[in-house]
Amino acid sequence: MFELSDVTYKDILTIDHLRLEKGRVTCIVGESGSGKTTLLRLLNKLISCDRGTITYQGQDILDLDAVLLRRSVVMLPQNPAIYPGNVRDNLAIGLAFAEKLPASDERLRQALAQVNLNKDLDAKSDLLSGGEKQRLALARLMLLEPDVYLLDEPSSALDENTERLIIEALVAAAKDNGKTLIMVTHTRQIAQAYADRTIEISGGRIVSDREARS
Amino acid sequence: MNGIIDLSLWQLGAAYVFVLILLVIVRIKGISREKEILIASVRMTLQLVLTGYLLVAVFGHPSPLYTVLILIAMELFAIFTIIRRTKAKLSIQLKKVIALSMVSGTVTCLLYFLFVVVRISPWYDPQYFIPIAGMIIGNSMTGISLDVARLADGMQTKKHLVEGALMLGATPKMAAKTIVDHAFDAAILPTINSMVGMGIVFLPGMMTGQILSGTSPVTAIEYQIAIMLGILGSVALTVILFVQLGYKTFFNREKQLVNLDD
Repeated sequence: MFELSDVTYKDILTIDHLRLEKGRVTCIVGESGSGKTTLLRLLNKLISCDRGTITYQGQDILDLDAVLLRRSVVMLPQNPAIYPGNVRDNLAIGLAFAEKLPASDERLRQALAQVNLNKDLDAKSDLLSGGEKQRLALARLMLLEPDVYLLDEPSSALDENTERLIIEALVAAAKDNGKTLIMVTHTRQIAQAYADRTIEISGGRIVSDREARS
Repeated sequence: MNGIIDLSLWQLGAAYVFVLILLVIVRIKGISREKEILIASVRMTLQLVLTGYLLVAVFGHPSPLYTVLILIAMELFAIFTIIRRTKAKLSIQLKKVIALSMVSGTVTCLLYFLFVVVRISPWYDPQYFIPIAGMIIGNSMTGISLDVARLADGMQTKKHLVEGALMLGATPKMAAKTIVDHAFDAAILPTINSMVGMGIVFLPGMMTGQILSGTSPVTAIEYQIAIMLGILGSVALTVILFVQLGYKTFFNREKQLVNLDD
């Protein structure tokens, strides 16, 4: 799905070669500041590498329209943007950004249920806690049904139990629909439990790349 | 009705008593602004005296060259003032957009106003061309100044919302829409507010000046209505041009947010 060759971004990240396969769950681990988020931003084309090539489905991403690429490869940052308005507005805005048809209230509630967020659609978004905002952003992302999910610490603001529930639901949804999930996580247990493959980055370089034991 | 009262130098000098009163007040209150007040008063006086002599000379010898040169000088001064007033760091592209919006917006409105509404003849008649250009350019300058400040500030402080939208597949236009709308509001509201209060809360400067110099209030009001509509049109046009082109300078060809600190 993605292939990176001789990629360099400033002095933050250097990747000689990396291939990320379709339909798999890949976890990226490593200490903070090691270049994990930079890797996701490169794949989402929010930034461009200084050297090297990145291909998506065989095409150099420099030749792909950034907006169309981002509609297929959607990213959730560690501190997701929550827009003014209520929960419904925040779910609907994702579909509007991606120029997709609006969803019914029932579909929106389903998305909230998927991330275990028990909130009314009319609830004010700025009154949500950090963990609730993170789940709201995740529900917004899931409504878009992209081909690739790029998730940057999607459970950093959640307690252990909720984190497990959410990641479990997310992985199941991705696997059932043949989606690709690339997730940065600080929790090695999450990587061990759900990843098909775990890549460790340290000092801007890949230091280990392990397949999950079946 | 009495004729026009010509102000003698002594009478004009007496008006400076207000500056002295202000200086005494700030001194008593311990507000260290004496220098600024003095500089502003002297600068205003010198600028107006020089402008007065310049206008007398230009009105006495109407020439298309002088009129166009004065228009260019006003535009340049306005553009540099907008750039200097903005505290945020501006890219070269944004500065070019400021210049383009100011010149195209104000000149379009000015030409329409002079040749369709007032119908001056000859086309360069400085008595009409220069004061009307001054009002249109001055008000548009204030509008764009507010617009630039809001846009630059919004793109900086709401960067995470803009980038968050891009991550979800928004086009740069969608991602910047809220900031662009707020910037437009901030720029156009002062003009709309001044129109609402006009004639009730205050008498506008141009109209007051015309009445004081002996023009009939009805004629003064006709001019004031026309010039206010011209100002509204010019502010709206320059500001729309600026926001529609300006937000694009915050994104690169790859539809990525440009880092101004790089």
